[in-house]
Amino acid sequence: MWWQIVRRLLIFLISALVASIVVFVLLTLVGDPARTILGTEATPQGIAEMRHQMGLDRPVITQYLSWANGMLHGDFGTSFVTQLPIGPQIGERLLVTLWLVAGGMVVALVVALPLGTLAALWHRRVAGWILSGLSQLGIAVPAFLAGILLIAAFAVELGWLPSGGYVVPAADPIGFLKHMMLPWASLGLVQGAVLARYVRSAVLDEMEQDYLRTARAKGMTVWRAVIRHGMRNASIPVLTVLGVQMITVLVGAVVVEQVFVIPGIGSFLVDSVARQDRLAVQGIVVTIVVISLAVSFLVDTAYALIDPRLRRR
Amino acid sequence: MIRIRARLLVSAAAVALVVSACTAGAGLQPSSSSGGQSTESTPSATGGSTGTETSGTSGPSGSEPAPSDGTLTLGLVLEPVSLDFTTQSGAAIPQVLLDNVYETLVNQAQDGTIVPGLAEKWTVSPDGKTYDFTLRSGVTFSDGQPFTADDAVFSINYVKTKWTVNVAGAMKVVASATAVSPTELKVVLSHPDNLWLFKMTTRIGAMMSPKHVNALATEAVGTGPYVFSNWIHGDSITLTRNPHYWGSPALEKTIVFKYFKDPTAMNNALLTGQIQVITTVQIPQALKQFDDKSKYTIVDGTTNGKVMMTMNDGRAPLNDVRVRQAINYALDKEAILKGAWAGYGTVIGSHEVPTDPWYVDLANRYPHDVAKAKQLLAEAGQTHLTLTLALPPVPYAAAAAPIIVSQLAEAGITVKTTDVTFDNRLAKIFAKPYDYDLTIINHVEQYDVTTVFDGTPDYYTQYTNPEVARLEAEGLAGDNEPFIKDFQQVMRILADDAAAAWLWAFPNLMVADANVHGLPQNAIGESLNVFGLYTS
Repeated sequence: MWWQIVRRLLIFLISALVASIVVFVLLTLVGDPARTILGTEATPQGIAEMRHQMGLDRPVITQYLSWANGMLHGDFGTSFVTQLPIGPQIGERLLVTLWLVAGGMVVALVVALPLGTLAALWHRRVAGWILSGLSQLGIAVPAFLAGILLIAAFAVELGWLPSGGYVVPAADPIGFLKHMMLPWASLGLVQGAVLARYVRSAVLDEMEQDYLRTARAKGMTVWRAVIRHGMRNASIPVLTVLGVQMITVLVGAVVVEQVFVIPGIGSFLVDSVARQDRLAVQGIVVTIVVISLAVSFLVDTAYALIDPRLRRR
Repeated sequence: MIRIRARLLVSAAAVALVVSACTAGAGLQPSSSSGGQSTESTPSATGGSTGTETSGTSGPSGSEPAPSDGTLTLGLVLEPVSLDFTTQSGAAIPQVLLDNVYETLVNQAQDGTIVPGLAEKWTVSPDGKTYDFTLRSGVTFSDGQPFTADDAVFSINYVKTKWTVNVAGAMKVVASATAVSPTELKVVLSHPDNLWLFKMTTRIGAMMSPKHVNALATEAVGTGPYVFSNWIHGDSITLTRNPHYWGSPALEKTIVFKYFKDPTAMNNALLTGQIQVITTVQIPQALKQFDDKSKYTIVDGTTNGKVMMTMNDGRAPLNDVRVRQAINYALDKEAILKGAWAGYGTVIGSHEVPTDPWYVDLANRYPHDVAKAKQLLAEAGQTHLTLTLALPPVPYAAAAAPIIVSQLAEAGITVKTTDVTFDNRLAKIFAKPYDYDLTIINHVEQYDVTTVFDGTPDYYTQYTNPEVARLEAEGLAGDNEPFIKDFQQVMRILADDAAAAWLWAFPNLMVADANVHGLPQNAIGESLNVFGLYTS
């Protein structure tokens, strides 16, 4: 198991390095940040001067090394466009998105676990078909559409919840919850529907296993047997999907962020791309890559915790 | 729809302006008719007008509103990338900071006339080169330091030496700026320039403190009625009332500029009370949901925006005036305005808006006439013309393009549309080799004809006409009356040459809660003035 963790860590580090190079090289190929800053009336001399100021006239390798060196020391640099340090901004925006994703995934789990399990247990009944149909529908609805519909119903029509915006939880916990309800619901319901499909098939798989038949033969009800023994085994494929979903949502949250006007990391990335803020884009993408790698690393480690068979290797 | 009258821009501060303005124009070249009722008699650009009575800043009928501790939240589209407009171009920063946080020596009133700001009066020498400003005394920056003529000299020189954005070029004409005394400023121009004083109402005229120019991106220290308070990046900027403001205090204590990328999200925010004003309506067709006059006010005023289809005048086949005229004849501009912008705005026929002092109505210079268009194309030998239309990601371009394409098709012109990002637009269209046929743009700067159509091939329109260059130079340097005549002539020549296909003057469309008052009817300058806003 320790070897596995070390191996994973190595993969993690190499992937991060490769990602940083790819991101850096790709971004040097597109556009000219100096021109973007100076706008529609820029003069060629002005652009050349700005390029020099920004260090864009240095060789690409020098640019990469000085940037990567800063990153290793936790210094994401100061944006030439906004003239603000990038690291603290990434932290600020990331925290917002993490709240959004975490809440959304909790909702997804709360929806998916009972729904998927019931759909599996009732798979021969009408109720089971209805549940499957509902989750199918949930998969078909994109999160932003769910968001727009939820806003139309609960914010505009009924006036129960705000239509968007973000409140810092420390400043106003109740306001924070109110503002996050609808975003969590729109992320969670859609992701929950996807997850429910996996829960259903995982539970169905386990229901056919010998150990469950044994448990039932010993007098357990189907429910008890599935919950006591089946869930733990079913959770491995579900966990894999959950990990992938979390990464997808982290990046894909930008759409929900736009609909609900939430200043998360996704919006930050889109804004930075739009304003050709190359340093910020590099910093954000590398951060997201590192988080994604960390999540898969954690998921892999979690397998070992859930399944003792994997621990022994 | 309720039209908020211009005079609704209520500000107690304006009273001070009106009072002082009575002395402002002394010794200037002849200005407007007494009372300054009409805009045509005085080019605002020449400055020194006494026409503050029409500045749109008189009080409402009824009692004067008192300053309140309330918060007003405004919805906007483009968030600034930093607070530093000396190095960052674009409209987003001055929209928030100019006039609200940073003030200028002179201001532009709602009717376009120039009125006192930090300078309570000024005189211009007969040769049009020397400006003597008398500054207000008792003005302080928000850090407590007094504002003096030395700061004004510093600010003007700072534009000349340190600003990197292109608009700073307008300050090159200044030969020297001297502080004669703490309240007396003398500015000498190298040659007379009728637009210089007007330019001083824009961002380049912002008066800054030498102590704070090293942190312009994150701090904004000015003399204005509001101070910069807080910025949640990606979300909102907050201004709060400046308790030590030299004029009457701002009416609303806190103003929040909240940014929305999605127009529907902004509409929802107004419907649910999270914001009180939509400052720019992006989908006029969606205004129907705010029809209830007891709840919402719709402001329909003017801006300086000229929505136009620019043609590459320097490249075949569009370098042939007959082809450009044919395109203008083929377009039914009224239909375009109706279809694309729900009829809000005014059809224009040259590089002008109706509030320009030299405005001549040329909207009907090319009446919709497909037969005439075909005939001109035949004369030019372009019966099978194919052109590309580059579309930037802006709502008006997306809305107008399909209508333009189908109208031009009727005249036998095939138009292929391509999408272009803002970056590509800068790199390929606005820079050499100006690689495009047609594009749609809203040129928002006031009086920008001298940039966009300067008569030389040095800008992306590539319109070349020595006569236009001569008239513009002569107008800028000359006396008031020939100045206007020269520019009117420029407008006519541009229209005759079909230098572009101008579409409509962009409207200032806002929606607000019915209890919000003091919204400016016309978006004239670069700022979104908030010090006159209040709620009832």
